[in-house]
Formats: sequence, C-alpha cells, structure tokens
Amino acid sequence: MELQKSPYTVDKLRGLIQFCLDEAKKQGSTGVEASIDVEHGLSVTARLGDVETLENHNDRRLGVTVYANTKKGSSSTTDFELPAVREAVTAACNIAKFTEADECAGLADPDRMATSVMDLGLDCPWGLAPDEAVEIAVECEDRAREFSEISNSEGASISTNRGTHVYGNTHGFVGSYVSTRHSLSCAVIAEQNGAMQRDYWYTTSRNPKDLQSAQDVGAQAAQRTIRRLGAKKITTQTTPVIFEASMARSLLSHFVSAVSGGALYRQASFLLDQLNKKVFSDLVTITEDPHMQGGLGSSAFDMEGVATQPRTLVADGILQGYVLSSYSARKLGMKTTGNAGGIHNLVLHPGQQTLEELISGMQRGLLVTELIGLGVNNVTGDYSRGAVGYWVENGTIQYPVEEITVAGNLKSMFQKIIAIGCDVDRRGSIITPSVLVDDMMVAGS
Amino acid sequence: MTTENMENPLELARETILTPSGLDETNLTQAFSILMDSSADAGDIYFQLRKQEVWSLEDSIVKDASYNLSQGVGIRAIKGEKSGFAYSDEIVLPALLESCKAARAIARGGQGGSVQSWKYCTGNELYLPDNPLDSISETEKVDMLRLLDDLARKQDPRIKQVMVSLAGSHEMILVACSDGQIAADVRPLVRLNVSVIAEHAGRLEQGSAGGGGRVGYDYFAQQDRAHSYVSEAVRMALLNLEAVDAPAGSMNVVLGPGWPGVLLHEAVGHGLEGDFTYKGTSAFSGRVGDRVASKGITVVDDGTLVNRRGSLNIDDEGTATQCTVLIEDGTLKGFMQDRLNAKLSNTVSTGNGRRESYAHLPMPRMTNTYMLAGEYDPGEIISSVDSGFYAVNFGGGQVDITSGKFVFSASEAYLIEKGKVTRPVKGATLIGDGPDVLTRVSMVGNDLQLDTGVGTCGKEGQSVPVGVGQPTLRIDGLTVGGTAN
Repeated sequence: MELQKSPYTVDKLRGLIQFCLDEAKKQGSTGVEASIDVEHGLSVTARLGDVETLENHNDRRLGVTVYANTKKGSSSTTDFELPAVREAVTAACNIAKFTEADECAGLADPDRMATSVMDLGLDCPWGLAPDEAVEIAVECEDRAREFSEISNSEGASISTNRGTHVYGNTHGFVGSYVSTRHSLSCAVIAEQNGAMQRDYWYTTSRNPKDLQSAQDVGAQAAQRTIRRLGAKKITTQTTPVIFEASMARSLLSHFVSAVSGGALYRQASFLLDQLNKKVFSDLVTITEDPHMQGGLGSSAFDMEGVATQPRTLVADGILQGYVLSSYSARKLGMKTTGNAGGIHNLVLHPGQQTLEELISGMQRGLLVTELIGLGVNNVTGDYSRGAVGYWVENGTIQYPVEEITVAGNLKSMFQKIIAIGCDVDRRGSIITPSVLVDDMMVAGS
Repeated sequence: MTTENMENPLELARETILTPSGLDETNLTQAFSILMDSSADAGDIYFQLRKQEVWSLEDSIVKDASYNLSQGVGIRAIKGEKSGFAYSDEIVLPALLESCKAARAIARGGQGGSVQSWKYCTGNELYLPDNPLDSISETEKVDMLRLLDDLARKQDPRIKQVMVSLAGSHEMILVACSDGQIAADVRPLVRLNVSVIAEHAGRLEQGSAGGGGRVGYDYFAQQDRAHSYVSEAVRMALLNLEAVDAPAGSMNVVLGPGWPGVLLHEAVGHGLEGDFTYKGTSAFSGRVGDRVASKGITVVDDGTLVNRRGSLNIDDEGTATQCTVLIEDGTLKGFMQDRLNAKLSNTVSTGNGRRESYAHLPMPRMTNTYMLAGEYDPGEIISSVDSGFYAVNFGGGQVDITSGKFVFSASEAYLIEKGKVTRPVKGATLIGDGPDVLTRVSMVGNDLQLDTGVGTCGKEGQSVPVGVGQPTLRIDGLTVGGTAN
C-alpha cells in the first residue's frame, strides 16, 4: 500500500484562497484573510513485537477571517467544494454583522508582509511504506524489551507527516510552504516488588536523517524506565531543583505565555510592564531564530503574513521584547513582532556544564525528569506541579523519587536560575538545555 | 421525549449526512465487502458532521466569533488486537471505498465476508436533537455576553477585566458495524464561561466559572445560571486577592462537593479504562474483587444522565450508554470497555467507546464519573479536622496510570484550623496514589453534587466532554504542594 498522496497542488490551494478573498469582498468585507492546511501521513504503533495500529492520516481545513471595517468574523470548514467554501465565507460575513466595532481589529499592516519566502529546509519527505514503518517500530520496541527488567510495554510508535500551509490576505500577500515532520517514540514498563513504573523516549525532526536510531530510542526508553524502579517520597523541604532539558522547555513556555500580547493587554500576566527590566538571572539569554534550517518552529512569515525576523528576547536576564501579533501590538500601542500564532524557535543559550556536572555542582537537591498537572497560574506566576525525578546527595544521584510536588513563583524561579547546562534538547520549537533553579519548595511526606 | 419521525436520530443523521452525498445502505454494504475482504474480525464506518461556534467578549465588546464545520468518515478494521484505520473528510463513495482499502491493510489476506442485513439500533433518549446554534438569535447571543460583562463589572470596582465565551456545537454521527448494526446520535452541547481579573493594591488575581450541557442556549437564562457564573467568578477573584501562601506537606484534606470529583476521574477513573487494564499497564489491572476504597464508597460511570455534558445516547461505536458500577462499597467491581477491549477481555462493551472525531480511533473513555453520597453532614466533616486543607474548586488534573500517581490542582482552598475554615490560601497541586487514596477516605458527605458541565478529558491526544461529581470527602494524609512551611 502506498502512502496516500495529497490531491492538492500548491497552485490549486492558492486558487482556493483567492476564491475566498474575492467572495468575501463581493459580500462587502473591507479586509479578508484565509489560510489552508492540508496534511497527510501515516502512523504505526507496534506492541509486544507486532503491529497494533496502522493509521492513515489525511486532514484538511480552510479558515477565513473577514473584517467589515473594524468588525470581525471567522469560520472554517473541512469541505473544500466551492459551495461549501462560499458558505464558510458567508458564515464569517454574517458573524461580522453582529460582532462589535473594535478599533484594533484588522489585517496586519501591509508594509510588514513577508516579501520573500526563503527555503528553510522544512520539506524532507521520508517515503516510508507501512511495512517499513512497522519494521522500525518493532525494532525499537524489541530493543527496549531486551532489558530484563522491562515487563510490559505501551509500544513504540512511528509517524510521518507532510503538510502544505497556504496563507493569503487582501493586501495581495499569498505565501505557502510545505513541511514534513517525522517522529519515533517508545514507552515501556518495568516492575519491581509489585510496583510498576513507566517512562518513554522520543525523537522528532523535519528530516528523517536527523532522527535518533530505533535502537537508541528503545534503549533510552528502557533505561529511563528501569531507573525509576524503587521510587519513594522525600520529606517536605526547600531545595535546589534541576529541570532536565525536556522539562526546562515547559518553564520557557510559561515565560512565552507571560510575555505574549494577549496575556499582557488583558493584564493576565505575571510579567506586566517588565520591558527592559531584569526578569531572569544574569545567566539567561534567549533568542528567537525563525529562519533556522530544519527548525521545528521555523517559518518565513507568521499567521498574518508578517515577515519573521531573528531577535534577542532576553539578554543577560533583561527582557528585550514581547511576543506580539498585530492585534495585541495595537492594543499595547506597539508594533507586531511577527508572532501571530506563536513563537518561532525560542533558544535558551546553553552554558558550559553537562547534566552530570550540573548534578555534581548542585551537590544536594532534586533532579526533575517529569512534571504532571496544570498547576501554573499565568496571572500571578504561582507554580505547583507534581514531579518525578531523582534525589541527589554529595553530587550524585541517590534514588528515584515520586509522589512529590515542586512549588514556587515563576517570577522568583526565573531570577534563581543559577546554572544552565549544555545538554540542548532540540525536539520542539523551544530549544533548551537543563536548568538549575535554587530554593524551590518540595512537598512530600 | 418525542419520537416523531424527523426527530429520530437515525433518520436525521441519514437525511443530513448520507442522502446529500448520494449514499445509502447499499453503498455501506459495498464498503463493508471491501473492508472485510481480508482476515479482519470486525470493522466499523463512522460518519460525523459537526457544526460549532464560539462567541467571545473581552474589553466589554463582543470582538469575535467563529463558526466551524467539520465532516468526514472514519473506517476501522480490527483483527485480534490490531486496528487498521483511515479516514476522509470527503463523504463520497470513491473516498469511502478508498479508505476501506487502506484500513483493511492491517488484516491482509483471508476470506471476503460482508454484511448480510442491517439492523437499526436505538439508544437512550437523554437530550433533544435540536441545534443549539439556532436556539437563540445572534443578537441575543451578543446581548447575553454584554449583559454578563456589565453585571460582573457592577459587582465590584476591583474587577478590571471580564472575558465571556459562549460555545455551542451540534454533532450528528452515524456508525455502521460489520455485525450489521447501524446506530446514530444527534448531540447538542453548549458551554458558557466567565473569567474575570481583579486588581487591588498592585495585586492581580483571576476567577472563573461556567457551565453547560446537552441543551440549548436558553439553559443559561433559566434558574439565573448565567448570573450565578458571573457571581461565582467575581467571588473567586476577590477571594484570591486575600489568599496567603498554601501549606506544603502531607495533611488531612477535605474536598468540597461537585467538580472536586476530578479526584475520582484521575485517581481511579483512567486506571479503570479497559485498554489499560487489558494491556496490564494500569495499577488497577487484574484487581477486580480487591478492596480499593474505604467501606461505604461507591463510584460509578454513568453515561445516561439527562442533558449532562458527559452523557451520550449511544457511544461512538453504537452501543447504548449505561451506568457502570466501578467500585461498590469499597470493592473494585469492573472496568469501562469499548468493543475492542471488551472482546479481548472476554466481556461486553459498557458503552464507553468514544472518539474525538471521525479522524480518531475509538477507545475506552469516561462519561460522567461520580461517587454516591454517604451519611455525614459536610459541616461535621470539616469540624472533625483539627488542622488541614479544605479545597472546594479545582483546575484540572493528570495521572500516570502505571505508577498510579495522580495530581489535581486546587483553584480555591482554605486552611482548616481547630475544626473551622479560616484563611483562604493560594492554589496548590495535590498529589496522591490512585489505588491508595480512596482507602484514606474517612468520611463521605451526604451532599452529592455533579459539576456544572465544564469538563474536557484528554487521552492520547483526543479530547472528549466529560462530567464528574462527588459529595464532600475527608481524606487522611494527602500531599499538598504549597510553598509555605
């Protein structure tokens, strides 16, 4: 069986965008923008040595936003037949008759549109046949199950996707790009004295050549699971905490939320009015690199067609800019930063130390490898989440811990970043090494 | 409820989804003959048409609204533990047959089988099939949001920002199975949410409240519901302005009634889903008959509550929903099953086979999960605690079903000192062990409440609406993740 090919050429999709723009103008809109995402892919899960699920993905969605001067309406559809698309446009126009005037509403300024769409190395198709996908998933899970402590498995999954994104608006801008994303993951279970532990590992990239091998993913999943056996609670105390790189990513995502225009103009952020002020410790420099070759967050233009540009967001702890769309920028009396739809490759600059060196430097404290729950208040910065990890004493890992929480306030946690590792995790649009945060409250027994 | 012909879900779904695409039972038979021309044991074809809208207000203006239409057909072939799956967002015969070929690849070879005759199954009648999007006019929707904004701002000058959203969806599904069963459901769902930010002396705090169900928008005007969400959101934001740091460590905890039932959803619910129990990956696998809760505790999953958010007339595999006893008088009784895992576990589906959409595979999911009432007066439960933590509202939660460790995060909580509720404290995450926590419940209140209709559960990337509920509970020794010593 062949991976299903998309029946849509970029030209055909651009034509559909133009149809939306024309149709909305005909219905009286003063400004229109439309976007299309078409994606197809394959995902396979193997469990206990055999294929468990084989899924063919084939998704499409068209969204249109219309402005009747400063009144806005939006709609979307999965039906690409012209009558259905016209109906979607009509629905959006109808909504704009009822919504209220908002002086900040409208398309981004025309002079901010991207003028060229550079090749960012995002389209690297794999051409993986289902049989090959099954083979890789089985190999990955088999490797994990070779470890004698591994007693059960949730399986290994492989997925490969290729999608086309097209955006256009009535400033005359139409941009498109094709991108791929491939992933391999494995989750296994180990058992000791009747208690089970589960952990996982994954690799993901635009280019299949950049994926970790099936053997490595399987082995790492098994090792991470096995080292959790015998986990216990620790006593309630104040202690330094190392957030392993993949968990440090979540800390940075809280930062992005707090400096995003939507949170700022609603006064729903713990980082209000902090521009040019010190929001992190001196060690922290954060840049945004939208044009990184093959980056998972790379894009030449944002969701409004605005050209993206590399910039420094935090320099030596000092906040240099916000994360704004044209709407939130107008609300704040500022200019868009090309972040409609989010951040494009946020990079926390690494330090010199390996994770082992961070651990030995910490001497005594907690290494967090998994966080659960949603205990983060973006308005106040109050932070309290369930954690899994390892207790460190004399600079070395002593034993695994579980059923504990780590708590603090993000404002002070950011200031208390006292070390940054060099173990960079690139598996997302936030690219970060591990970080060591001093003085967190850990609740346990 | 009425049983008029056009209000029959099957007729409605057929007229709305199949007829415009020129499809009928003959085509379904043709599709199954392709799907089952393999060694597949079973298969199903799931048609879905969903219309959704969201209206939102902030800065005292109704700024935006969006309308979304999604439709498609998902096809699954099952062989033993294996599932092959494909879907199309074009509901036309060629795409349907193509997807059948893709899905059957999981069960290569084998004999061709087909559906001989169709049997039409009916489910529960828990809600009306009317489209909530049309239940009030656009002008009325806008007016409602503006009125609520005004109401919130008038309640207290410290309220600086008000956000209100009104969401509705109307979903039709029709599912045909290789055993010849065809069933359909027409599902309305509405939700209203009010969120406010209060400011005092340079401090900002938020509060939010909301509700909904499988009803029309007029539900919010009844019994002053919309007004009560506003008052509740304002009350919570103002209360949080006074809150001190939450304590850290293990302590006695009293949970209020209603939404705190998210405890049950996380601590035991997920671990009792049939896929995890079949695979042996849940901390509850193989434990039916064991004592997993204090005596007197009974927990059910009930998809048959009238008009509730988590309820369904039929699940997404065409099985009528039911009330399933999970824990009875402290003993683990059973699991929640979809068809696949029920068959693998030698039992029958409990009507818990759910999926986010046609583009997702079904799996065992909760509906409305709650604990039955006990005998204690809530006041008596609080006064029994010398020093502890009283949590009455929560954000969300999460569980590791393998280790059993779960969290849920309080958004409104108080200290209990010498049997009295004293100061409000900031939100904190509570963490515990699922198979253990219900054995630590020492008192169950007589005040069972279900939540107001706000829950959405995520599992393996799929979101579905759910409900929870419980009476006031006292739990001895739960870890509270605050920041104060």
